[in-house]
Amino acid sequence: MPAYRVFNRTTGDSFTCDGDQSVLKAMEAVGKKCVPVGCRGGGCGFCKIRVVEGDFECGKMSKAHVPPEALAQGEVLACRIYPQADLTIECVPQPVDAVVEQATRAKQTTTKAMR
Amino acid sequence: MKKGVMRPGHVQIRVLDMKEALEHYTDLMGLIETDRDDQGRVYLKAWTEVDKFSVVLRETDQPGCDFMGFKVLDENTLVSLTQDLKGFGLEVEEIPAEELKGCGRRVRFTVASGHAFELYADKEYTGKWGVTEVNPEAWPRDLSGMKAVRFDHALFYGPNLPEVLDVFTNVLGFHLAEQVMDPDGNRIAQFLTASMKEHDIAFIHSDQPGQLHHTSYYLETWEDVLRAADLISMTDTSIDIGPTRHGLTHGKTIYFFDPSGNRCEVFCGGDYTYPDHKPVTWTADELGKAIFYHDRQLNERFLTVLT
Repeated sequence: MPAYRVFNRTTGDSFTCDGDQSVLKAMEAVGKKCVPVGCRGGGCGFCKIRVVEGDFECGKMSKAHVPPEALAQGEVLACRIYPQADLTIECVPQPVDAVVEQATRAKQTTTKAMR
Repeated sequence: MKKGVMRPGHVQIRVLDMKEALEHYTDLMGLIETDRDDQGRVYLKAWTEVDKFSVVLRETDQPGCDFMGFKVLDENTLVSLTQDLKGFGLEVEEIPAEELKGCGRRVRFTVASGHAFELYADKEYTGKWGVTEVNPEAWPRDLSGMKAVRFDHALFYGPNLPEVLDVFTNVLGFHLAEQVMDPDGNRIAQFLTASMKEHDIAFIHSDQPGQLHHTSYYLETWEDVLRAADLISMTDTSIDIGPTRHGLTHGKTIYFFDPSGNRCEVFCGGDYTYPDHKPVTWTADELGKAIFYHDRQLNERFLTVLT
C-alpha cells in the first residue's frame, strides 16, 4: 500500500498516510493534533478540513456536516478521506459552543475534602 | 412511575452504513437482531429485555437519533397521558400500530429541546433472549462481545431545559434525580427518572436543538466495563473516554463511537433514587469532576461531539 505525504498548510504540520488509512488516523498515529479529533466516524463534523491539492477517496460522511456544496469545494471530514496522492490540506474553523467555552475556562475542581 | 410511564422502551438511531452499524451493535455490543422491515430498518434488543426490540437502526445520510420511546403501563395510561400532553400545549402525532413491526400504536411529541419522544403501551412480548421463563439459567451462552444487559438511557443536548423539565415532571411524572447548576442559578443539566434508576433520560443545555450525545447500555460489573474497553481496542473502535467513573450518578463507564459517529456508553453501578430524594446537585465550576470523577478535567470532545 503506497504511503503519501499530507501537509497541513494552516499549521505547517506534515505526516505520512497510507492509501488505505484515513488522514485523521494517520495524524493520530504520529501524535499530532493539527486537526481536531471527534467521533472518527464521519458523523460529528469535528475534523472538517479543506483539501487544497491532491486526489483522495472518500467514505460516507454526515450530510449535515458535508452537504454537496461543501464537498464540491473540497471540504471533507479528515476521518473519512483516504489519500490517492500527496495531499495539501487546511483547517476549517469550527463554531464555538458558548457553554463549553465558559466551562473549559473555569477553574479546575476546588473540592479538597480529603485534607 | 408516578403517572404510569414504566421505562425507556426504544430508540431509533440513524446510521450511515447499516452493515458496519450492525457489526458494532450486535458483534461488539451484544445486542441481538430480532427483525427487519421493508423500510430497511433493523430491530435489535438486549438479552434481558422482554419486548421484541429496543434499538431500531435506520440507514440514511446523517447520523443521530430519530426518536426515543417510553413504554407505559397500559392503553388507559396511554390515553390519559396523551390528553395531558395536549393539555400542556404539545402537538401530538398518532402513529398506527405496526409502523414499527411488533409495536402497538405510538403517540409522538416533540419537546422544546427539539427531541422527539413517544409513548406506547403494547409491544410483542418475546421474553428474555436465551433464557427460559421457568427455572431460568443465569445468563444465555451465545451472547457476543460486551453482552449488553439492556438499553438503559439516552443523553440529549438542546435548548429550553426548563420547559422540558416541566413536561417530564408535571405531565409524565418523572422525577429529577440529579442536576448541574451554573453560578446564575440556571440548570444546565437534568437527569430524569421514571424509576429507581438515576436516570432514564437526561438533557444538557446547548443552543443547537435535537442533538444526540449518547445512548447507554447497562453492564453488571466494573470487570465487564474493563472487558468492554478491551473489546473496543480489539476492534479498533473509536474511543471517547474511559473506563472511568462519573461524578454525576457515580456510574462506572466507558464511552465510544459507532461507525457513523453516534456515541455509545456502557456502564455499571452508580446511585439509585426514590421520589422522596432531593436532587443531587453538582455545580458548574466542578463540571470536570462531575463528568470525569478521576481526571477532574473537562474533555472538549466529550462535551461537544454530537450527532
